[in-house]
Amino acid sequence: MENGNLPSKPAVPELEKKLLGRIKGSKKPLRIMHVCGTHERTIAKYGLRSILPKNIEVISGPGCPVCVTPEEDINIAIALAKSGATVVTFGDMMRVPGSAESLLDAKSEGANVKMVYSIDDAIALAEKKPELEVVFFGIGFETTVPANAAALLRKTPENFSLLTSQKQTPPAVEFLARDADVDAFIAPGHVATIIGTKPFESLAEKGFPIAVSGFEPGDILLGINLLQMQAEEGISRVDNGYPRAVKPEGNQIALKIMNEVFETSDSEWRGIGKIENSGLVLRKEFEEKDAAKKYEDLYASALEDVRKKTGGKDKKRCICAAILTGKAKPSQCPNFGKECTPKNPAGPCMVSQEGMCYNWFRYSREGGNRVA
Amino acid sequence: MCIAIPGKVKSIVNENTATIDMGGICRDVNMDLMGGANESQIGRHFLVHVGYAIAEISEEESEETMHLLRQIAGLEEIDTPESESI
Repeated sequence: MENGNLPSKPAVPELEKKLLGRIKGSKKPLRIMHVCGTHERTIAKYGLRSILPKNIEVISGPGCPVCVTPEEDINIAIALAKSGATVVTFGDMMRVPGSAESLLDAKSEGANVKMVYSIDDAIALAEKKPELEVVFFGIGFETTVPANAAALLRKTPENFSLLTSQKQTPPAVEFLARDADVDAFIAPGHVATIIGTKPFESLAEKGFPIAVSGFEPGDILLGINLLQMQAEEGISRVDNGYPRAVKPEGNQIALKIMNEVFETSDSEWRGIGKIENSGLVLRKEFEEKDAAKKYEDLYASALEDVRKKTGGKDKKRCICAAILTGKAKPSQCPNFGKECTPKNPAGPCMVSQEGMCYNWFRYSREGGNRVA
Repeated sequence: MCIAIPGKVKSIVNENTATIDMGGICRDVNMDLMGGANESQIGRHFLVHVGYAIAEISEEESEETMHLLRQIAGLEEIDTPESESI
Protein backbone atom coordinates (compact mmCIF):
# COMPACT_ATOMS: atom_id res chain seq x y z
CA MET A 1 0.00 0.00 0.00
CA GLU A 2 1.24 3.45 -0.80
CA ASN A 3 -0.03 4.72 2.53
CA GLY A 4 2.24 2.45 4.52
CA ASN A 5 4.13 5.35 6.07
CA LEU A 6 1.09 6.98 7.58
CA PRO A 7 1.17 7.22 11.35
CA SER A 8 -0.83 4.44 13.00
CA LYS A 9 -2.56 6.82 15.41
CA PRO A 10 -2.60 10.28 13.90
CA ALA A 11 -3.45 13.00 16.35
CA VAL A 12 -6.75 14.82 15.95
CA PRO A 13 -6.17 18.28 17.39
CA GLU A 14 -8.66 19.80 19.81
CA LEU A 15 -10.13 22.25 17.32
CA GLU A 16 -10.85 19.48 14.83
CA LYS A 17 -12.40 17.37 17.59
CA LYS A 18 -14.71 20.22 18.54
CA LEU A 19 -15.70 20.84 14.93
CA LEU A 20 -16.34 17.16 14.41
CA GLY A 21 -18.51 17.07 17.51
CA ARG A 22 -20.57 19.96 16.16
CA ILE A 23 -20.88 18.29 12.77
CA LYS A 24 -22.06 15.06 14.39
CA GLY A 25 -24.56 17.01 16.44
CA SER A 26 -26.49 18.04 13.34
CA LYS A 27 -29.12 15.62 12.10
CA LYS A 28 -29.71 17.35 8.79
CA PRO A 29 -28.47 15.26 5.84
CA LEU A 30 -26.25 17.18 3.47
CA ARG A 31 -24.66 16.27 0.16
CA ILE A 32 -21.76 18.68 -0.34
CA MET A 33 -19.70 19.19 -3.48
CA HIS A 34 -16.26 20.78 -3.38
CA VAL A 35 -14.66 22.11 -6.55
CA CYS A 36 -10.99 22.11 -5.64
CA GLY A 37 -8.41 19.42 -6.24
CA THR A 38 -6.44 20.47 -3.18
CA HIS A 39 -9.57 20.10 -1.03
CA GLU A 40 -9.90 16.54 -2.36
CA ARG A 41 -6.28 15.95 -1.47
CA THR A 42 -6.81 17.09 2.12
CA ILE A 43 -10.05 15.11 2.46
CA ALA A 44 -8.47 11.91 1.14
CA LYS A 45 -5.15 12.40 2.86
CA TYR A 46 -6.64 12.89 6.31
CA GLY A 47 -9.44 10.39 5.90
CA LEU A 48 -12.11 12.98 6.57
CA ARG A 49 -14.84 10.98 4.84
CA SER A 50 -14.26 8.13 7.23
CA ILE A 51 -14.85 10.27 10.32
CA LEU A 52 -17.88 12.19 9.06
CA PRO A 53 -21.34 11.05 10.10
CA LYS A 54 -23.33 9.05 7.55
CA ASN A 55 -25.69 11.94 6.86
CA ILE A 56 -22.82 14.07 5.45
CA GLU A 57 -21.53 13.14 2.03
CA VAL A 58 -18.69 15.10 0.43
CA ILE A 59 -18.18 14.63 -3.30
CA SER A 60 -15.61 16.04 -5.66
CA GLY A 61 -16.56 18.30 -8.53
CA PRO A 62 -14.46 19.56 -11.44
CA GLY A 63 -11.78 21.25 -9.34
CA CYS A 64 -8.69 19.83 -10.96
CA PRO A 65 -7.51 21.99 -13.88
CA VAL A 66 -5.63 19.16 -15.52
CA CYS A 67 -8.74 16.96 -15.36
CA VAL A 68 -11.02 19.42 -17.15
CA THR A 69 -8.67 20.40 -20.00
CA PRO A 70 -10.38 19.00 -23.09
CA GLU A 71 -8.71 16.41 -25.29
CA GLU A 72 -8.88 18.71 -28.31
CA ASP A 73 -6.82 21.40 -26.57
CA ILE A 74 -4.20 18.77 -25.75
CA ASN A 75 -4.36 17.60 -29.37
CA ILE A 76 -3.62 21.14 -30.53
CA ALA A 77 -0.67 21.44 -28.12
CA ILE A 78 0.70 18.13 -29.40
CA ALA A 79 0.17 19.19 -33.01
CA LEU A 80 2.07 22.41 -32.33
CA ALA A 81 4.94 20.47 -30.77
CA LYS A 82 5.02 18.10 -33.71
CA SER A 83 5.02 21.05 -36.08
CA GLY A 84 8.29 22.28 -34.68
CA ALA A 85 7.27 24.63 -31.90
CA THR A 86 8.63 24.15 -28.39
CA VAL A 87 5.60 23.53 -26.18
CA VAL A 88 6.16 24.19 -22.49
CA THR A 89 3.70 23.54 -19.70
CA PHE A 90 3.27 22.32 -16.13
CA GLY A 91 4.42 18.77 -15.40
CA ASP A 92 1.00 17.29 -14.75
CA MET A 93 -0.30 18.56 -18.07
CA MET A 94 2.38 16.63 -19.92
CA ARG A 95 0.96 13.29 -18.79
CA VAL A 96 -2.72 13.82 -19.52
CA PRO A 97 -3.84 11.84 -22.56
CA GLY A 98 -5.23 13.71 -25.55
CA SER A 99 -7.29 11.81 -28.09
CA ALA A 100 -4.41 9.55 -29.07
CA GLU A 101 -1.45 10.39 -26.86
CA SER A 102 -0.07 12.78 -24.25
CA LEU A 103 2.47 15.56 -24.63
CA LEU A 104 4.94 13.25 -22.86
CA ASP A 105 4.28 10.58 -25.52
CA ALA A 106 4.87 13.19 -28.21
CA LYS A 107 8.13 14.17 -26.48
CA SER A 108 9.29 10.56 -26.53
CA GLU A 109 8.62 10.54 -30.28
CA GLY A 110 10.91 13.53 -30.72
CA ALA A 111 8.57 16.50 -30.37
CA ASN A 112 9.98 19.41 -28.39
CA VAL A 113 8.06 19.49 -25.11
CA LYS A 114 9.40 20.91 -21.87
CA MET A 115 8.18 21.20 -18.30
CA VAL A 116 8.26 24.50 -16.45
CA TYR A 117 7.37 25.67 -12.96
CA SER A 118 6.09 29.09 -14.05
CA ILE A 119 5.20 31.04 -17.18
CA ASP A 120 8.24 33.17 -16.38
CA ASP A 121 10.45 30.12 -16.94
CA ALA A 122 8.89 29.73 -20.40
CA ILE A 123 9.58 33.39 -21.20
CA ALA A 124 13.16 33.02 -19.98
CA LEU A 125 13.59 30.06 -22.32
CA ALA A 126 12.29 32.11 -25.26
CA GLU A 127 14.71 34.93 -24.38
CA LYS A 128 17.65 32.57 -24.04
CA LYS A 129 16.92 30.68 -27.27
CA PRO A 130 15.58 33.11 -29.88
CA GLU A 131 15.81 30.39 -32.53
CA LEU A 132 12.93 28.51 -30.84
CA GLU A 133 9.22 29.27 -31.15
CA VAL A 134 8.18 28.86 -27.52
CA VAL A 135 4.49 28.18 -26.81
CA PHE A 136 3.30 28.15 -23.21
CA PHE A 137 0.27 25.85 -22.83
CA GLY A 138 -1.63 27.82 -20.20
CA ILE A 139 -4.26 25.90 -18.27
CA GLY A 140 -5.87 26.50 -14.92
CA PHE A 141 -8.43 28.52 -13.03
CA GLU A 142 -8.43 32.01 -11.59
CA THR A 143 -5.54 31.18 -9.25
CA THR A 144 -3.19 30.60 -12.18
CA VAL A 145 -4.54 32.90 -14.88
CA PRO A 146 -3.43 36.24 -13.31
CA ALA A 147 0.19 35.08 -13.51
CA ASN A 148 -0.23 34.52 -17.25
CA ALA A 149 -1.79 37.95 -17.59
CA ALA A 150 0.96 39.67 -15.59
CA ALA A 151 3.60 37.99 -17.74
CA LEU A 152 1.97 39.20 -20.97
CA LEU A 153 1.72 42.75 -19.66
CA ARG A 154 5.49 42.80 -19.44
CA LYS A 155 7.40 42.85 -22.69
CA THR A 156 7.71 39.28 -23.92
CA PRO A 157 9.96 38.15 -26.77
CA GLU A 158 8.52 37.77 -30.29
CA ASN A 159 9.16 34.04 -30.25
CA PHE A 160 6.90 33.54 -27.22
CA SER A 161 3.15 32.92 -27.33
CA LEU A 162 0.36 31.49 -25.20
CA LEU A 163 -1.96 28.60 -26.02
CA THR A 164 -4.83 29.11 -23.61
CA SER A 165 -7.20 26.60 -22.08
CA GLN A 166 -8.07 28.70 -19.04
CA LYS A 167 -11.26 28.45 -17.08
CA GLN A 168 -13.42 30.31 -14.55
CA THR A 169 -14.84 28.46 -11.58
CA PRO A 170 -18.18 30.12 -10.67
CA PRO A 171 -19.88 29.46 -14.05
CA ALA A 172 -18.97 25.77 -13.78
CA VAL A 173 -20.33 25.53 -10.25
CA GLU A 174 -23.58 27.20 -11.38
CA PHE A 175 -23.76 24.83 -14.35
CA LEU A 176 -23.39 21.79 -12.11
CA ALA A 177 -25.90 23.12 -9.62
CA ARG A 178 -28.59 22.99 -12.30
CA ASP A 179 -28.83 19.22 -12.39
CA ALA A 180 -26.35 17.78 -9.89
CA ASP A 181 -27.75 16.06 -6.83
CA VAL A 182 -26.05 18.50 -4.47
CA ASP A 183 -27.31 20.52 -1.47
CA ALA A 184 -24.35 22.82 -0.84
CA PHE A 185 -20.87 23.74 -2.08
CA ILE A 186 -17.44 24.21 -0.55
CA ALA A 187 -15.84 26.95 -2.64
CA PRO A 188 -12.14 26.85 -3.57
CA GLY A 189 -9.98 28.87 -1.16
CA HIS A 190 -7.19 29.95 -3.46
CA VAL A 191 -9.51 30.78 -6.36
CA ALA A 192 -11.38 32.96 -3.86
CA THR A 193 -8.07 34.53 -2.84
CA ILE A 194 -8.13 36.07 -6.32
CA ILE A 195 -11.83 36.54 -7.12
CA GLY A 196 -13.17 37.06 -3.59
CA THR A 197 -16.46 35.71 -2.29
CA LYS A 198 -18.86 37.85 -4.32
CA PRO A 199 -18.85 35.74 -7.53
CA PHE A 200 -20.41 32.89 -5.56
CA GLU A 201 -23.28 35.01 -4.24
CA SER A 202 -25.55 34.42 -7.24
CA LEU A 203 -25.36 30.70 -6.57
CA ALA A 204 -26.24 31.26 -2.93
CA GLU A 205 -29.22 33.31 -4.08
CA LYS A 206 -30.42 30.21 -5.93
CA GLY A 207 -30.64 28.40 -2.59
CA PHE A 208 -27.25 26.72 -2.21
CA PRO A 209 -25.32 27.29 1.02
CA ILE A 210 -21.68 28.03 0.19
CA ALA A 211 -18.57 28.12 2.36
CA VAL A 212 -15.11 29.16 1.16
CA SER A 213 -12.59 26.85 2.81
CA GLY A 214 -8.87 26.67 3.36
CA PHE A 215 -6.81 23.54 2.96
CA GLU A 216 -6.10 22.10 6.38
CA PRO A 217 -8.32 19.35 7.80
CA GLY A 218 -9.80 21.82 10.28
CA ASP A 219 -10.61 24.21 7.43
CA ILE A 220 -12.62 21.53 5.65
CA LEU A 221 -14.45 20.58 8.85
CA LEU A 222 -15.17 24.26 9.49
CA GLY A 223 -16.56 24.60 5.96
CA ILE A 224 -18.85 21.61 6.47
CA ASN A 225 -20.06 23.00 9.81
CA LEU A 226 -20.75 26.43 8.29
CA LEU A 227 -22.84 24.76 5.58
CA GLN A 228 -24.71 22.72 8.19
CA MET A 229 -25.55 25.85 10.16
CA GLN A 230 -26.92 27.53 7.04
CA ALA A 231 -28.96 24.46 6.14
CA GLU A 232 -30.39 24.18 9.65
CA GLU A 233 -31.42 27.82 9.57
CA GLY A 234 -32.92 27.34 6.12
CA ILE A 235 -30.75 30.05 4.59
CA SER A 236 -28.14 30.19 1.86
CA ARG A 237 -25.27 32.66 1.69
CA VAL A 238 -21.52 32.70 1.11
CA ASP A 239 -19.58 32.16 4.34
CA ASN A 240 -15.87 32.94 4.30
CA GLY A 241 -14.19 30.14 6.24
CA TYR A 242 -10.72 31.17 5.04
CA PRO A 243 -10.53 34.85 6.04
CA ARG A 244 -6.80 34.68 6.76
CA ALA A 245 -6.18 34.54 2.99
CA VAL A 246 -9.49 35.50 1.35
CA LYS A 247 -10.93 39.01 1.31
CA PRO A 248 -14.53 39.50 0.15
CA GLU A 249 -13.29 41.62 -2.75
CA GLY A 250 -10.43 39.24 -3.61
CA ASN A 251 -7.10 40.44 -4.94
CA GLN A 252 -8.07 43.59 -6.82
CA ILE A 253 -4.66 44.02 -8.43
CA ALA A 254 -4.73 40.47 -9.80
CA LEU A 255 -8.29 40.89 -11.06
CA LYS A 256 -7.44 44.14 -12.83
CA ILE A 257 -4.43 42.57 -14.52
CA MET A 258 -6.42 39.47 -15.49
CA ASN A 259 -9.25 41.52 -16.98
CA GLU A 260 -6.83 43.73 -18.87
CA VAL A 261 -5.42 40.77 -20.79
CA PHE A 262 -8.24 38.21 -20.91
CA GLU A 263 -11.95 38.30 -21.63
CA THR A 264 -14.71 35.85 -20.90
CA SER A 265 -15.67 33.24 -23.48
CA ASP A 266 -17.54 29.96 -23.59
CA SER A 267 -15.32 27.02 -22.80
CA GLU A 268 -15.28 23.26 -23.22
CA TRP A 269 -14.76 21.23 -20.03
CA ARG A 270 -13.53 17.68 -20.39
CA GLY A 271 -16.27 15.24 -19.55
CA ILE A 272 -18.82 18.00 -19.05
CA GLY A 273 -19.10 19.84 -22.37
CA LYS A 274 -19.41 23.49 -23.18
CA ILE A 275 -20.16 25.85 -20.30
CA GLU A 276 -21.18 29.39 -21.18
CA ASN A 277 -18.92 32.21 -20.00
CA SER A 278 -16.56 29.80 -18.24
CA GLY A 279 -13.43 30.45 -20.29
CA LEU A 280 -10.81 33.18 -20.46
CA VAL A 281 -9.27 34.03 -23.82
CA LEU A 282 -6.85 36.73 -24.91
CA ARG A 283 -8.30 40.12 -25.74
CA LYS A 284 -7.84 41.39 -29.31
CA GLU A 285 -5.00 43.70 -28.24
CA PHE A 286 -2.97 40.62 -27.31
CA GLU A 287 -3.86 38.37 -30.27
CA GLU A 288 -0.29 38.44 -31.60
CA LYS A 289 0.53 36.39 -28.49
CA ASP A 290 -2.24 33.88 -29.20
CA ALA A 291 -0.53 30.68 -30.35
CA ALA A 292 -3.78 29.27 -31.77
CA LYS A 293 -3.89 32.18 -34.21
CA LYS A 294 -0.16 32.68 -34.71
CA TYR A 295 0.45 29.07 -35.73
CA GLU A 296 -2.97 28.18 -37.13
CA ASP A 297 -1.63 27.10 -40.53
CA LEU A 298 1.45 25.46 -39.07
CA TYR A 299 -0.37 22.98 -36.86
CA ALA A 300 -3.41 22.33 -39.07
CA SER A 301 -1.94 19.29 -40.82
CA ALA A 302 -0.45 17.87 -37.63
CA LEU A 303 -3.80 18.27 -35.89
CA GLU A 304 -5.48 16.48 -38.76
CA ASP A 305 -3.11 13.56 -38.19
CA VAL A 306 -4.04 13.42 -34.51
CA ARG A 307 -7.73 13.44 -35.38
CA LYS A 308 -7.28 10.69 -37.97
CA LYS A 309 -5.67 8.46 -35.36
CA THR A 310 -8.80 8.62 -33.23
CA GLY A 311 -11.40 8.73 -35.95
CA GLY A 312 -12.59 11.98 -34.44
CA LYS A 313 -13.95 10.27 -31.35
CA ASP A 314 -12.83 10.41 -27.76
CA LYS A 315 -11.48 7.18 -26.39
CA LYS A 316 -13.66 5.82 -23.62
CA ARG A 317 -10.90 4.83 -21.26
CA CYS A 318 -12.61 5.46 -17.99
CA ILE A 319 -15.52 7.18 -16.28
CA CYS A 320 -13.73 10.44 -15.41
CA ALA A 321 -16.65 12.40 -16.85
CA ALA A 322 -19.08 10.93 -14.32
CA ILE A 323 -16.53 11.37 -11.54
CA LEU A 324 -15.97 15.05 -12.37
CA THR A 325 -19.69 15.72 -12.06
CA GLY A 326 -20.18 13.83 -8.82
CA LYS A 327 -22.23 11.08 -10.45
CA ALA A 328 -19.81 8.25 -9.75
CA LYS A 329 -17.02 7.31 -7.39
CA PRO A 330 -13.58 6.29 -8.66
CA SER A 331 -14.03 2.77 -7.30
CA GLN A 332 -16.99 2.34 -9.66
CA CYS A 333 -14.68 2.66 -12.68
CA PRO A 334 -13.72 -0.76 -14.10
CA ASN A 335 -10.21 0.51 -14.90
CA PHE A 336 -9.54 2.10 -11.50
CA GLY A 337 -6.39 0.65 -9.96
CA LYS A 338 -6.05 -1.84 -12.80
CA GLU A 339 -5.39 -0.33 -16.22
CA CYS A 340 -5.41 3.12 -14.64
CA THR A 341 -2.91 3.98 -11.91
CA PRO A 342 -0.87 7.12 -11.06
CA LYS A 343 2.13 5.62 -12.83
CA ASN A 344 0.09 4.75 -15.91
CA PRO A 345 -2.99 6.99 -15.94
CA ALA A 346 -5.69 6.16 -18.45
CA GLY A 347 -7.74 9.24 -17.67
CA PRO A 348 -7.03 12.75 -16.40
CA CYS A 349 -8.40 12.23 -12.87
CA MET A 350 -5.55 9.78 -12.17
CA VAL A 351 -2.75 12.12 -13.30
CA SER A 352 -2.57 15.00 -10.89
CA GLN A 353 -2.32 15.24 -7.13
CA GLU A 354 -5.51 17.26 -7.50
CA GLY A 355 -7.35 14.47 -9.31
CA MET A 356 -10.00 12.55 -7.42
CA CYS A 357 -8.89 9.14 -8.76
CA TYR A 358 -5.26 9.88 -7.90
CA ASN A 359 -6.18 10.69 -4.32
CA TRP A 360 -8.50 7.71 -3.95
CA PHE A 361 -5.81 5.41 -5.29
CA ARG A 362 -3.13 7.00 -3.18
CA TYR A 363 -4.88 7.11 0.15
CA SER A 364 -7.78 4.69 0.07
CA ARG A 365 -10.11 2.96 -2.34
CA GLU A 366 -12.94 4.80 -0.59
CA GLY A 367 -11.45 8.26 -0.54
CA GLY A 368 -9.43 8.58 2.59
CA ASN A 369 -7.69 6.90 5.48
CA ARG A 370 -9.28 6.67 8.85
CA VAL A 371 -7.72 9.15 11.24
CA ALA A 372 -9.96 8.90 14.27
CA MET B 1 -8.02 24.57 -6.60
CA CYS B 2 -4.30 24.90 -6.58
CA ILE B 3 -1.56 24.34 -4.08
CA ALA B 4 0.00 27.57 -2.87
CA ILE B 5 3.13 27.59 -0.72
CA PRO B 6 3.70 30.21 2.00
CA GLY B 7 7.01 31.99 2.27
CA LYS B 8 8.84 34.96 3.78
CA VAL B 9 10.41 37.72 1.71
CA LYS B 10 14.17 37.74 2.27
CA SER B 11 15.26 40.36 -0.25
CA ILE B 12 14.15 42.38 -3.25
CA VAL B 13 15.66 41.53 -6.64
CA ASN B 14 14.01 44.22 -8.75
CA GLU B 15 10.67 46.05 -9.04
CA ASN B 16 8.90 42.83 -10.10
CA THR B 17 10.74 40.20 -8.12
CA ALA B 18 11.46 39.22 -4.54
CA THR B 19 13.49 36.35 -3.13
CA ILE B 20 11.18 34.34 -0.90
CA ASP B 21 12.16 31.64 1.59
CA MET B 22 9.69 28.79 1.33
CA GLY B 23 10.52 26.26 4.01
CA GLY B 24 14.26 26.72 3.63
CA ILE B 25 14.29 26.88 -0.16
CA CYS B 26 14.74 30.36 -1.59
CA ARG B 27 13.15 31.20 -4.93
CA ASP B 28 12.74 34.34 -6.94
CA VAL B 29 9.02 35.08 -6.95
CA ASN B 30 7.13 37.54 -9.13
CA MET B 31 5.30 40.17 -7.05
CA ASP B 32 3.25 41.80 -9.85
CA LEU B 33 -0.03 40.52 -8.38
CA MET B 34 0.91 42.26 -5.12
CA GLY B 35 1.49 45.57 -6.89
CA GLY B 36 5.19 44.94 -7.47
CA ALA B 37 8.18 44.27 -5.24
CA ASN B 38 9.48 46.79 -2.72
CA GLU B 39 11.65 46.93 0.38
CA SER B 40 8.67 47.18 2.74
CA GLN B 41 7.80 43.56 1.89
CA ILE B 42 11.00 42.21 3.47
CA GLY B 43 10.04 40.00 6.41
CA ARG B 44 6.40 39.75 5.35
CA HIS B 45 4.72 36.48 4.37
CA PHE B 46 2.97 35.62 1.09
CA LEU B 47 1.25 32.67 -0.55
CA VAL B 48 3.12 31.69 -3.71
CA HIS B 49 1.50 29.89 -6.63
CA VAL B 50 3.28 28.97 -9.91
CA GLY B 51 6.04 31.48 -9.20
CA TYR B 52 3.74 34.39 -8.32
CA ALA B 53 2.71 35.76 -4.92
CA ILE B 54 -1.11 35.75 -4.83
CA ALA B 55 -1.94 36.90 -1.29
CA GLU B 56 -0.29 38.25 1.83
CA ILE B 57 -0.80 36.17 4.96
CA SER B 58 0.22 36.39 8.59
CA GLU B 59 3.40 34.82 9.92
CA GLU B 60 1.31 32.47 12.04
CA GLU B 61 -0.66 31.28 9.04
CA SER B 62 2.53 30.85 7.05
CA GLU B 63 4.06 28.65 9.75
CA GLU B 64 0.90 26.56 10.17
CA THR B 65 0.60 25.94 6.45
CA MET B 66 4.28 25.15 6.04
CA HIS B 67 4.03 22.70 8.93
CA LEU B 68 1.18 20.94 7.12
CA LEU B 69 3.10 20.87 3.85
CA ARG B 70 6.18 19.45 5.58
CA GLN B 71 4.01 16.80 7.15
CA ILE B 72 2.62 15.88 3.76
CA ALA B 73 6.06 15.92 2.14
CA GLY B 74 7.45 13.67 4.85
CA LEU B 75 4.74 11.11 4.33
CA GLU B 76 4.65 11.07 0.56
CA GLU B 77 7.60 9.30 -0.90
CA ILE B 78 6.57 9.10 -4.57
CA ASP B 79 5.83 12.77 -5.16
CA THR B 80 7.72 14.10 -8.15
CA PRO B 81 8.73 17.70 -8.86
CA GLU B 82 6.49 17.84 -11.91
CA SER B 83 3.43 16.78 -9.98
CA GLU B 84 3.93 19.75 -7.67
CA SER B 85 3.80 22.18 -10.53
CA ILE B 86 0.16 23.13 -10.69
